[in-house]
Amino acid sequence: MKILVGIKRVVDYNVRIRIKPDGSGVDTDGVKMSINPFDEIALEEALRIREAGMAEEVIVVSLGDNACQQQLRTGLAMGADRAIQVGAPASLQPLTIARAFMEVINREKPGLVLLGKQAIDGDNSQTAQMLAALWDRPQATFASKMSLEEDIATVTREVDAGLETIEVDLPAVISVDLRLNEPRFVKLPDIMKAKRKPLDVLSLDDLGVSIENDIQFKHHEPPPVREKGIMVEDAAQLVAELKNRGLV
Amino acid sequence: MSETVTEREVMEYDVIIVGAGPSGLACAIRLKQLKPDLMVAVIEKSAEVGAHILSGAVIEPGPLDELLPGWRDNPPPVCVPVERDELSYLTATSKRKLPTPPQQKNHGNFIVSLGALCAWLAPQAEAVGVDIFPGYAASGIFYTVDNAVGGVIIGDMGVDRDGQPKDTYMQGIEIHAPLTVLAEGCRGHLSKQLISKYELDKESDPQCYGVGIKELWQVDAGKCKPGLVQHSIGWPLDKSTYGGSFIYHLDKDRVAVGFVTALDYSDPEFSPFEAFQQFKHHPEIKPLFEGGEILSGGARTIIEGGSQSLPRVDMPGALLIGDAAGLLNLPKIKGTHQAIRSGMLAAVHIADKGSADGFDAALRSSPVMKELHKVRNIRPGFNKGLWRGLITAGIETITAGKLPRTLHNHADHSSLRNLSDTKTIDRHWVKRDLAPRDRLASVYFAATEHDEDQPVHLQILEPDICITRCGEEYNHPCTRFCPANVYEIVEDEQADAGIRLQINAANCVHCKTCDIKDPYQIINWVTPEGGSGPNYQNL
Ligand SMILES: Cc1cc2nc3c(=O)[nH]c(=O)nc-3n(C[C@H](O)[C@H](O)[C@H](O)COP(=O)(O)OP(=O)(O)OC[C@H]3O[C@@H](n4cnc5c(N)ncnc54)[C@H](O)[C@@H]3O)c2cc1C
Ligand code: SF4
Repeated sequence: MKILVGIKRVVDYNVRIRIKPDGSGVDTDGVKMSINPFDEIALEEALRIREAGMAEEVIVVSLGDNACQQQLRTGLAMGADRAIQVGAPASLQPLTIARAFMEVINREKPGLVLLGKQAIDGDNSQTAQMLAALWDRPQATFASKMSLEEDIATVTREVDAGLETIEVDLPAVISVDLRLNEPRFVKLPDIMKAKRKPLDVLSLDDLGVSIENDIQFKHHEPPPVREKGIMVEDAAQLVAELKNRGLV
Repeated sequence: MSETVTEREVMEYDVIIVGAGPSGLACAIRLKQLKPDLMVAVIEKSAEVGAHILSGAVIEPGPLDELLPGWRDNPPPVCVPVERDELSYLTATSKRKLPTPPQQKNHGNFIVSLGALCAWLAPQAEAVGVDIFPGYAASGIFYTVDNAVGGVIIGDMGVDRDGQPKDTYMQGIEIHAPLTVLAEGCRGHLSKQLISKYELDKESDPQCYGVGIKELWQVDAGKCKPGLVQHSIGWPLDKSTYGGSFIYHLDKDRVAVGFVTALDYSDPEFSPFEAFQQFKHHPEIKPLFEGGEILSGGARTIIEGGSQSLPRVDMPGALLIGDAAGLLNLPKIKGTHQAIRSGMLAAVHIADKGSADGFDAALRSSPVMKELHKVRNIRPGFNKGLWRGLITAGIETITAGKLPRTLHNHADHSSLRNLSDTKTIDRHWVKRDLAPRDRLASVYFAATEHDEDQPVHLQILEPDICITRCGEEYNHPCTRFCPANVYEIVEDEQADAGIRLQINAANCVHCKTCDIKDPYQIINWVTPEGGSGPNYQNL
């Protein structure tokens, strides 16, 4: 079985996000970029499945400009066997991404597609669901535990009410949540090995996918700054202040 | 953890360079230019190249022209030609312009972000075949059976607070090479060990340092004057403390502001962080920042000892370059051109000789040293206070350092006065309202990150001294000299004295002030897990 893992280049989760002064987007000038943390978890899971002897090949796929090759190389250093970059502008919308993945699936015929439950930049959480629909295969989203047997995946999902365990037939799309695993560190010699692993570059044209931007971004604004608080002496003052401001 | 220690995996290189700063990258690039077949690796503890680098920085471009002749056609992302210099003397309420001394004339120089410059140099090094490994700290030295340096040991990852392996444990590897180049910058963790092991400083004065705290601001449109370079001396420092401010005007309404304080200050109650923040509130300075916003900030020590304090820079199997050696020109407040030059010089030496032997002599007879020799008396001249220091600086400048005398340096950790001998100094400090509110708020702008579940990387060798002697003698100066509020004295009913030292290691920005200034020399900074630490943006 082949496993396809989606990888997105995003602003690192430690970086303080800043909106550009003209409101045209997030400032990424000189900012640290990383693999979307959920995608890293997806890749870790794929590697563990392969190491358990239940898959032969792990392929990492990213859509983006050439900068995303850095994240693909990190994926290869973690242990993926090969990488595919679909050359595209860095910001695409979920439907275009799902369509491109669909074309990669047609070429690679994987038995499992693992994706992050969302990317921490747009927080859309749509690609996995759309892809499953396009592919007409089962989906299991927000996986916090999973196991494979023959052609069935048993997946525990994090849902509002708690945990839900389902079985899906493979091939399937599974999107992963934070608690599924803790990704490994990259071993230094593996960085060197990763340089020699294949990284194929395709274009959206090669895949016959056109860019659709259904959503237009008008303006970005940071959340309002919190106003300075005051220290209240006692409960009575607290109640008085809340009343004063019409909050109770 | 002895049961988990197995034989470490080994990688072999011809040359291993510790630190991807300007010195390390210049050395790597020049090595490959001279000998393309050499296998050269650079180890860097920050997650990305440049993310631990904090500098001014106005740089002299000469050595960069030599290293990469075409660089001006493809300049680094932050690079503004200097238009004008300004030097002032501040009192708490006034600002008086002073003539700019020749060392501080910056015509032909560029204002850059040194972090961004290194991030721009790294792919150029990779393009000529250098292997760069960001995110890995060189935590130890590998010695050969002949007691020579034979490479470095990369720190283990995934170790918990008590030193036990976690699920993600990964043993660090060894990198072996006939030659190791230490390019760790100011107060290098491995350089310090080697200087002591091989007694490289036997014949030099003690090293001395300063701490620089810096912020990058986005100011209101129209306030930034691209290319303007401003320095000040005087307030908020007292006359016996050496230091001053810099304000460098970049492009896109961005202004870099910083303050450097020499670490031989004597008042145990002094806080370099507070001095910097006070400076920003000077009536002549504050309007620049009002209405603006901090983009990033942090702190780093700066090496000030110059030629008198320069240790021997070669030893069996290894060399020191850049600020790891201590080549910064203090009157110019510039070390980058010296770092690049010394990196290239080391490369030429290695390519020619194939060994470390003789590099000390080569460096001492090079222009790098000539430049340091000329200004050698300026910094120690200030040991007698600001005015006498300025006079010495004037004389040494006019005579180009040719007077047959050399003033001496003393160690910074021995300069604190006991509380009992210290009069409270009225510094005329004001109530502040510009960001950041305090050190914790400021750490936020450094985006520093350490996994809390790892061994504390600030080792206190004799914890008892902290609570007893240090409290009485100096009132815990670590709680003030650390710019990131790592050290706190907290109440603790369980402790005998009712208090204990709490180390918030996760806040550390790797400036190394504590390792230098602690009066008993019992704080030892070691490398945390690779990739931890600040994530500086354009500093
Ligand atoms: C506040 C301030 C202002 C300054 N202003 C100027 C200026 O205007 N102009 C100028 O020319 N110079 C200036 N300098 C000096 C200049 O920044 C230094 O001279 C220069 O950075 C030295 O280069 P380097 O390569 O020796 O070390 P660094 O630039 O310090 O680089 C060392 C690198 O090694 C890494 N490292 C260290 N130890 C290890 C380890 N054990 N394992 C792995 N990696 C490690 C560090 O993370 C870092 O990336 C200033 C310095 C400061 C602090
Ligand atoms: S703990 Fe030491 S090295 Fe870390 S920020 Fe504080 S003074 Fe600097």
